[in-house]
Amino acid sequence: MTPNDKVIYMDNNATTRVAPEVVAAMMPYLEESYGNPSSMHTFGGQVGMAIKEARRKVAGLLGAEPGEIIFTSCGTESDSSAILSALRTYPEKRHIVTTRVEHPAVKNLCENLETITGHKYRVTRLKVDGEGMLDMAEYEAALTEDTAIVSVMWANNETGVIFPVPEMARMAKARGILFHTDAVQAVGKIPIDLKSLDIDFLSLSGHKLHAPKGVGVLYIKRGRLFVPFLNGGHQEHGRRGGTENVASIVALGRACELAREKMVEENSRVKKLRDKLEEGLLAEIPKSILNGHKTARLPNTANISFEFVEGEAILLHMNQHRICASSGSACTSGSLEPSHVLRAMGVPFTAAHGSIRFSLSVYNTEEEIDFVLAKMPVIIESLRKLSPFWKG
Amino acid sequence: MWEYTDKVQQHFLTPQNVGEIEKPSGTGNVGSLACGDALKLTLKIDANDIITDAKFKTFGCASAIASSSVLTEMVKGMPVDEAAKITNEDIALALGGLPKEKMHCSVMGREALEAAIADYRGLKLPMAEGEVVCECFGVTDVEIVRAIKESSLRSVEEITNFTKAGGGCGKCEEKLRKILQETVSGATPFTIPEMKPKRMTSLQKIKKIEEVLDREIRPGLKKDGGDIELVDVDGDFVIVSLRGACKSCHKSQTTIKEYVERKLRELVLDSLIVEEEN
Repeated sequence: MTPNDKVIYMDNNATTRVAPEVVAAMMPYLEESYGNPSSMHTFGGQVGMAIKEARRKVAGLLGAEPGEIIFTSCGTESDSSAILSALRTYPEKRHIVTTRVEHPAVKNLCENLETITGHKYRVTRLKVDGEGMLDMAEYEAALTEDTAIVSVMWANNETGVIFPVPEMARMAKARGILFHTDAVQAVGKIPIDLKSLDIDFLSLSGHKLHAPKGVGVLYIKRGRLFVPFLNGGHQEHGRRGGTENVASIVALGRACELAREKMVEENSRVKKLRDKLEEGLLAEIPKSILNGHKTARLPNTANISFEFVEGEAILLHMNQHRICASSGSACTSGSLEPSHVLRAMGVPFTAAHGSIRFSLSVYNTEEEIDFVLAKMPVIIESLRKLSPFWKG
Repeated sequence: MWEYTDKVQQHFLTPQNVGEIEKPSGTGNVGSLACGDALKLTLKIDANDIITDAKFKTFGCASAIASSSVLTEMVKGMPVDEAAKITNEDIALALGGLPKEKMHCSVMGREALEAAIADYRGLKLPMAEGEVVCECFGVTDVEIVRAIKESSLRSVEEITNFTKAGGGCGKCEEKLRKILQETVSGATPFTIPEMKPKRMTSLQKIKKIEEVLDREIRPGLKKDGGDIELVDVDGDFVIVSLRGACKSCHKSQTTIKEYVERKLRELVLDSLIVEEEN
């Protein structure tokens, strides 16, 4: 038994365990099949066939065609590639529409596009309400002749809140505007069928769905113009230079295949575990609040604030019991302010500093939920005893 | 994940002197919920001005709780006059050091202690009289100047690490830079102006560095059974080698960065980077 067997891992929106089936699928490409897929010999060529197979499996999960999939190094690269390509495709357009709750991969890129270019680009950041939902009227009004691209995350990494991306993509298409979605948290957790949707670009990341870190995908709808982010060799049909990360690409293919098989379990058994955890914590611990919409939410995520205590302190106590989760508190980020997502939602400071995100996966068990439900009230109570604001 | 010392972990997981003293001789209340950390310190002081009891309640992260806990242990049994001399560095040192981004937690401890002593003596704190510079965290110029002087801060980033000022919207950054410049150029007692020429030849640098090592740094290290040797100076890179007890000490990186580099920057050239020989 390795020490990790005892870890209760509820931080799957940060990263996931690489599935044993995925490890098995990728190992031959780290060991014997080390050829370069671009080579003329059969030894390399068969590796090229494995990539082709992986591409087919990724496309299968997304309801896309294999030709619409390019492999990248991570979700962040996919996001940058899509947004920068749109700006280069339409150099006369200088406006981007996004939201206030995006992942830093999109948020910081947009900030840099404003500031580093001396405000050559204009960015509209859509507001969210107290439940983390967008205002469709505000979105509609934000779309202009000058808008080059809309970039909206499909599901939020901190709260799990799901945006109406299919509807938003339709509205963008009606105005002739390109639409990108960062679907890193959504892929594998909710069904996606891209052939029936008006999404032009979609980003996903391998390590969020039980593949290793260091591999991602950018989906580019057939027929869309694309200006490569990385120039180089002819890999990925000239759309992304650089020798392929073969083993990880094969791994991602297998992970997508598994995700397709486990989609029902994710939305039934995992969701039930999440609901049990969430309802139990809210019932057992006074002054605890759910952050984010109750139903328009990923089946695996629960973000709960425990008022009058601080997130880092909670996490370190949880760590003593080998329970892994995340927090939106200031102290965990190294910055001095709490999560931009919770602040955009107007979550009061009293609650934002004490927010804990539990994100489950198919590897979690009912016993683990029971263990966490037994430990959390004790942890919160012990910290509240220290808090000058707790009048319990 | 933060790298906390065993001492921080220990005080965080089993905090000492939690609670509130009934009818305290002095109370110090600092921080707020919005800031993300707050501390209420209560002291019992006897007729001879000795602190006989100290208790705390803290809302905040592990280092805030640990700083509060260790502070109560430090002051118990101490005469008030002596407790008044405790600095945030003393608190951090008692914990075996804090990550630099967490130094403000030790500052909060010192502020609460000061507030409690002022309350006991019926005095008003000078901090309350200053002008608020950072509106996000309500930090005044008096607090900032004091932190710069006491902890030899030399950048806006360091000011943020120690006082939180500038860590929110960032609008006060220019003001902080100005205060830093004014304070540093005014802080003559610790620096000899002619020792900081803008450009120095390598030979001048080596001579100055040797001087400072001899005068300011070696005596302190020798007290702990250690020593330091200058290996090389390459541009702004100063390569040193720790000897004796320092060599095997796991805090050696902290010693080099927090102590040696800071001193050399202060007294020789503010662009110097100190590295340990491999």
